Amino acid sequence: MLRLEDVNTYYGYSHILQGVSLEVKEGEIVVLLGRNGVGKTTTMKTIMGVQPPKSGKVFFLEDNIAGQAPHKISRKGISLIPEDRRVIPNLTVLENLRLGSLMHTKPDERDGLVEMCFAYFPRLKERIKHLGGNLSGGEQQMLTIARALMGRPKLMLIDEPSEGLAPKIVHEIMEIIKQLQKDGRTIMLVEQHMEIAMRLSDNQRAYIMEKGQIRMCGTLDELSCRMDEVVQCLGVKV
Amino acid sequence: MFEIPWNVIAMQFFFGIALGCIFVLLSSGMSIIFGLLDVVNFAHGTFAMLGAYAVFVVISLSGSFVVGLVSAVVIVGIIGMIVEFLFLKPLYGKDPLLPLLLTFGLSVAIPDLIKIIFGLIGKPVNYPEALSGTLMLGSVIIPGYRLFIILFTLVALISLWLFLKRSDLGMIIRASTRDSLMVQTLGINVSRIWTFGFGLGVGLAALAGAIAAPMMSATPDMGVDMTMTAFVVTVVGGLGSLGGAIVGGLLIGLVVAFTAFVAGEYSSVSMYFCMALILLVRPRGLFGEQGRE
Repeated sequence: MLRLEDVNTYYGYSHILQGVSLEVKEGEIVVLLGRNGVGKTTTMKTIMGVQPPKSGKVFFLEDNIAGQAPHKISRKGISLIPEDRRVIPNLTVLENLRLGSLMHTKPDERDGLVEMCFAYFPRLKERIKHLGGNLSGGEQQMLTIARALMGRPKLMLIDEPSEGLAPKIVHEIMEIIKQLQKDGRTIMLVEQHMEIAMRLSDNQRAYIMEKGQIRMCGTLDELSCRMDEVVQCLGVKV
Repeated sequence: MFEIPWNVIAMQFFFGIALGCIFVLLSSGMSIIFGLLDVVNFAHGTFAMLGAYAVFVVISLSGSFVVGLVSAVVIVGIIGMIVEFLFLKPLYGKDPLLPLLLTFGLSVAIPDLIKIIFGLIGKPVNYPEALSGTLMLGSVIIPGYRLFIILFTLVALISLWLFLKRSDLGMIIRASTRDSLMVQTLGINVSRIWTFGFGLGVGLAALAGAIAAPMMSATPDMGVDMTMTAFVVTVVGGLGSLGGAIVGGLLIGLVVAFTAFVAGEYSSVSMYFCMALILLVRPRGLFGEQGRE
């Protein structure tokens, strides 16, 4: 479904992604692991078109989307759930949700999608009229995922959903992500902590990044067998 | 000798509100543009001047004042969208000084263009006949046109509010004001929203110019003062806040009207004095947000 071939991305003169290649197949969860600052978020931004690559190809459903504007990539069916969440603070929960679906759905489909989101995240329903800026961190994370769902994405790029949240909320959100995959969605997940990524499912695949390059890849079971190398890439905390 | 009859004061108050309404329309447009595009529009008054000329032209063609007002907004709004598309768009993401210089350049060039087309001397715009009379409210004399300005502004602001609060496009504009990149990531072509927003902003300026035209006639250089007034009101009310534009506009209108009444020669200075005073007490303006990154 998604294939990156030798992608190079720069911020100004600094070479962030150095020949990244990876693949996400339909229906799977792919985890991108790595320490802080190795280029995980940049990989997401590159796919989404927010930080376009200088060279290399990004194939989505066999189209090369490298260099296209984010709104065009979004309309093709990729949705980014950024790590800083980017809930629109001056819009209500319902408006945030509707915003996610405006360009992807017909008006009469939206109420049904809102109901679907509330089924995943009942807590959002209680806060439907609250402003996005007044939600707690966990609620904002839920809203960001729900907002992405409103556009019926074919591929969801979820960037560190555990960042800055209490363990209980992290658990809750990971359960939802598992459920999303069971419901047939394709997900690429960025994570710093392997133990969080381990909770998802056993047959998922993972890529481990270091210094802007993919160092290792395989199923989590395979990676567990090479723990020494993994520890080296991810630092002490595995 | 300082006994001023209350009905005279009431009349000044009324004049001040009517003048303030023009300022409100003017600066709510500037506020929308700043909020959405981060562009400080130095040509804002110039677009108001274009509105005054548009109302003059359309009235002389159609004979109807209302048609004139509506077409002034539409014509100038379209001109604004073309300007944004051709000149401003290439400057985004570069030095923030560039849009400022560009709009400043427009504020010099457009009036000259108008002088070439319409001549150096202004064009008078007549009051619409139905509104040229006065109304007596007890012992207070109310000029019909000023009452019209107040009611018309009220309608315009309510429509604007409903548009921003209730429509999908309005929702996108509110969202883009806060986080345009995220809005774009959700599939919305923000570039078009910016073009529309600039058109909407200068359209409101044009409405202010058009509605003011019968009181001051359309002159090529009227934009300079209007830009300054829009700045003062926006600074007083708080940059990028629509509520601030409304309160600030009415406040400055009242200050100018009352100063004009007690000490006419100080009327144009009074608003700067008022601005300095408010900034001393509250540097971000009455309704401004605390510094945004």
